[in-house]
Amino acid sequence: MADKQFKYIGKPRRAVEHRRFVVGQGRYAADVHLRDMLHVAIVASPYAHAKIKSIDASAALSLPGVHAVVTGAELLANTDPMLPGVDAPLVKRYPMAIDVARYAGEWVAAVVADTRAIAEDAVELIEVEYEPLDHIVDPEKAMEQSSPLVHEAQGSNVIFQRKFVWGPVEDDFSKCDHEISYRARWSRNSTVPIETFAVACEWNDSTQIMDVWASIQMPKFPDQLAKALRLDGNAVRVHFDIDVGGSYGVKRGLKHSILVAYLARKLNRPVRFVEDRLENMRGGDMQGPDRIFDVTMGFTKEGIIRTMKMRAVDDIGAYSGRSPLQLGKPVGAIIGPYRIQSVQYEAIAVMTNKTPQEAVRGFGQSPTNYAIETGVDRVARFLKMDRIELRKKNLISKDEFPYLIPSGTSYDSGDYETVFMKALNAAPLSELMAERDRLRASGHLAGIGMSTCLEPSGGNSSFEPLFNPKNQTTTWMDSCLVRIDLSGSITALMGTSSSGQSHETLVSTVVGEVLDRQPDSIRVLHADSLNALPSNSPVGSRMAIMLGGAAAGAAKKLRAKLAKIAAHHLAVPEESLRYENGVFTCTTDASKSIGWDGLVEIAHRKYHQLPEGMEPGLQEKFVWEVPTGGTLPTEDGRVQMYPCHSFEAHVILASIDPNTGKVTIHKYICGHDCGVMISPDVVHGMTYGGIAHGLGAALFEKFSFSEEGQLLAGTFMDYLLPSAHEVPSITIVDHCTPSPLTEFGQKGSGEAGYLGSPAAIASAVNDALSPRGVSINTLPMTPSALWGVINSDAIEA
Amino acid sequence: MVNKVLVKITVNGTLYAKEVEPRMTLVDFIRDEVHLTGTHVGCEHGVCGACSILLNNEPIRSCCMFAVQADGMEVVTVEGLAPERGELSKIQDAFCECHAMQCGYCTPGMLIACHDLVKHNPHPSEEEIREAISGNLCRCTGYQQIVDAVLHATGGERNHG
Repeated sequence: MADKQFKYIGKPRRAVEHRRFVVGQGRYAADVHLRDMLHVAIVASPYAHAKIKSIDASAALSLPGVHAVVTGAELLANTDPMLPGVDAPLVKRYPMAIDVARYAGEWVAAVVADTRAIAEDAVELIEVEYEPLDHIVDPEKAMEQSSPLVHEAQGSNVIFQRKFVWGPVEDDFSKCDHEISYRARWSRNSTVPIETFAVACEWNDSTQIMDVWASIQMPKFPDQLAKALRLDGNAVRVHFDIDVGGSYGVKRGLKHSILVAYLARKLNRPVRFVEDRLENMRGGDMQGPDRIFDVTMGFTKEGIIRTMKMRAVDDIGAYSGRSPLQLGKPVGAIIGPYRIQSVQYEAIAVMTNKTPQEAVRGFGQSPTNYAIETGVDRVARFLKMDRIELRKKNLISKDEFPYLIPSGTSYDSGDYETVFMKALNAAPLSELMAERDRLRASGHLAGIGMSTCLEPSGGNSSFEPLFNPKNQTTTWMDSCLVRIDLSGSITALMGTSSSGQSHETLVSTVVGEVLDRQPDSIRVLHADSLNALPSNSPVGSRMAIMLGGAAAGAAKKLRAKLAKIAAHHLAVPEESLRYENGVFTCTTDASKSIGWDGLVEIAHRKYHQLPEGMEPGLQEKFVWEVPTGGTLPTEDGRVQMYPCHSFEAHVILASIDPNTGKVTIHKYICGHDCGVMISPDVVHGMTYGGIAHGLGAALFEKFSFSEEGQLLAGTFMDYLLPSAHEVPSITIVDHCTPSPLTEFGQKGSGEAGYLGSPAAIASAVNDALSPRGVSINTLPMTPSALWGVINSDAIEA
Repeated sequence: MVNKVLVKITVNGTLYAKEVEPRMTLVDFIRDEVHLTGTHVGCEHGVCGACSILLNNEPIRSCCMFAVQADGMEVVTVEGLAPERGELSKIQDAFCECHAMQCGYCTPGMLIACHDLVKHNPHPSEEEIREAISGNLCRCTGYQQIVDAVLHATGGERNHG
C-alpha cells in the first residue's frame, strides 16, 4: 500500500473548514441564538465537602427576569443518574449535588433568566446553608480506611482496583541482573480548550423532540442524554453541524446538557448555558489524569529490559465518568515500543473531594508513556549506558510485526529504530551535543532529551469490558453515507461533530480518491443524531482510520454499483472495464465507454436501463467495525485494545537557567510515523499542537488544590498555558510504515506529539540536572520546582 | 433592571445605535446586539485574546471593556478584515494556505493580531511574529503554522529550530 500511487491522498490541500473560520463564519454552540432563549447561571459549592442543609431561592425568584431556580432535589426526581464507567452503581452522579456537595465548584443550584447578567444577579441572592464535612484531597490518604468517604454509600474511596499479571513476572525478575524502582508523578492538567463548554436546547411539545446544539465530543452522547432525561432515543436530536472550539477529549458536557435540556422542557422555552472560565475550570469536570506511578524495571547488565511492575494510582476526583477507564487504555501499549516480556500492572482509581476527571487527549497514554520513558532513561543512567544505545537494544524491530505484547494486544506495524535514527540525524545529534556543551560551559544547565513512544490509534473501547465485566461492548463502529444526486454532485454524511480535526477535508479527500472526483467538489455534512448512522465520535485517534475507512467503504460500494450499470449499459463484462475520472471504458474496445453524467442519468431516471433488480438512485452507506475489534478480554485481562500503533521519537535540547529555574527549549525534533497520511497538513498541525500540549503538561500546567480542597488555578493567570514564546519552532520528520489493517495504510494521529513530548522534556531536564547529581520526577517542572531541586543539598544516590 | 444607555458604535463600517446596560461588555455588544459572532469569548479576563478586535485601529480585548466606553468609536472585527465579500485578505488567505488553524476558535483574535502586526511591520521576522501573537492563546496548533502563515503572507523565512 505504501507504493500505491494516490491522486488526492497525501497531497497538499486547503482544509474545507478553514474558509469559514477565517471570515468569522464558523458556527459554535455559543453562536446559537434561538427566539425567546433563556440563560443559565450556576450557584457552586464553596466547600470541598459539605452537607447542603437548605437552599433559599425566594429573593432570587422575585427578581424581575428570573424564570426558575432548580436544585439537585428536582433533578433527582425527574432525571436518571449518569453512569460511572466502572461497575459502581452506588457512585451516583447528577448534574447537581444531591444533599451533599463533594467538591468546591460542584453545582448546587441553577438560575434561569432572561439574560445571563440577570441570572448572575440572581445567583448572588440565593442563600445556601452548608454544613462542612471532613474532606480528603490526597489520593494515597484517600485509600486508607480511616479517611473521609467521598461517597458514603460506596464504602470506600477506591472505585476501581485490579492487579494484572501478564507473563512470568517474578521469574523474569529473578533472571535479571538489576532492578530499579522509582516514582513518577503526573499532575492534574488538561487540554483546556479556549472555547468553554456551551449548550443550547429547545423542546417542542408537538413533535416531542429535544433539539440540542452543544460543543460536544463524546461517544454515545445522544443516547446517554436521552436516557438521563427519561426520553426515547428518537426524542433527542443532537445537531452535529456545530463547530466545536477545541476539545482534545474533554468536551463531554453531559451534565450541562442534561440540566439545560431539562430546563428547556420544564419552561417550554429555549435555554442556553455557556460556561464562563471559572465555571469551566472548577465545575466543568474536564480536568485530566492525576497519577502516581510506582514502577520497578528488571534488566540485564547488557541493558535488556525484561520485565516491569507498574502501579498507577489515579485521583479521579469526586465522581466517576469514563475517567477510571483512562487507566485501561494504556494496557494496550503497556510496554511502549520495547520488547518487555512480562508485566505486572496494578490500576487503582481513587475518589477525592476534587473536580471530577474527564477524558483527555491520549486517554491516559501520555502519563503512562512518561512513566515508562522515565524508567528507560534511569536504566541507562544506572548502567552508564548511552540512552540511544539502550533504546536501540530494546526497540521492537521492524521484522517482528505483528508483535504480540504480554497484555494481549498485537502491534500492527512499525519501524521504530529507523524513525528514531531519522529524528537523531535531523537534529543532528552531534550539533545538539556541541550546543549542550557550549551552554554548559557558559554556566547553564543544559541537557538533551529523548523519548520513543507509541500512539495506539483506531479508538476501540475494549477497556470497557476489561474494567467492567457487565459491559460487553465489543464494537466501536463508525459510519459514512455517500450519495450522488441527479446533478452528479456528491454529498457525504458523517455522524459526529468535529473539534478541529478537519473531518470534512478527510472525508472529501477519501471519497474523491475512491471515486476519482475532485475532492473540492464533494460536500460533507454533519448529520444530526436522528439522521446519522452510528458514530463513536473522534476519540482515540480514530477518525482517519474509522471515518476514513467508512467513507472509503461507502464510496467503493457506489463505484461498484456504477461499474455494474456501465457493464450492463455497454453490454460488456465488468472485468473488461477501466475506470478513470468518472468514465468507464472497455479495455478491449475503447469506443465503448460511458461517463459520469450518463451513469447518473440511468441510476436516477432510467430504471429500464438498470440491471435487473437493482435499486435505483445512488446512495450507499458503510458501517465499519474497528479492525481487530469484536472480542472480549480473557480471564487474566489480555485484550486487543486498539488496532493501529503510530510511533513518535522526540529529540530535544533544553537548558535551565540556574538562577530562576526557567526551562528554555532550543531545539525540537519529532520523528513521526502514522502510516499513510491522508491530509499531511492536518497531521502535522495536530502533532505541533500535541507537542505544545505536552510542553504545557511538562512545564506549566497544573490544577492545584489547597489543603482545603479549593482550586487554586481557576483562571489563565494561575493555570498557565504556553504561548508562542514558550512553544519552540518544531521540526517534524515523517516516516511511513503503512498499517496492514486499514484501507489506505493509514494510522491515527490525533494525539500525536502529546504522547511523547512530556517524557522528552523531562528527559532533557534530567540530563541537564545530572551534573548536579539531582533529578526531578514530578510534572509540571515549574521554575520554582526546578529552583528547589537545583538548590537542594540532597544528592541522589 | 439597570437603566439602559444609548451607545453608538461603528462596526465594520456600519453605525449601530443601541440601548444597552452600562455593564454590557463590548464583546457582548458585538455578539449579542450587532449579531456578529465571529469574535469569540475565551477567558473573559483578558488573557486568551480570542475576543481581540480593532478599536479605532488599535487591537484590544473586547471582553475587558464596556460597550459604553466604545461610544463613538470604530470597531473592526474578523468579519471586517476581508477587502470585499467573497475575497480574503492576504493574511486570511495565508492562514488557509498554511493550515494556520484547527478548531478555528482562536483564529479571529489571531487574525486581528496578525493584521495589526503586518500593518506596522510589513516584513516581520519569526521572532517578531511570535512576539505579536504571544498574547493570543491557541491550543490546537502549537503556533507553528500560524507563524508559517504570516511568513508566507509577508515573504519571510523561518529560522529552522
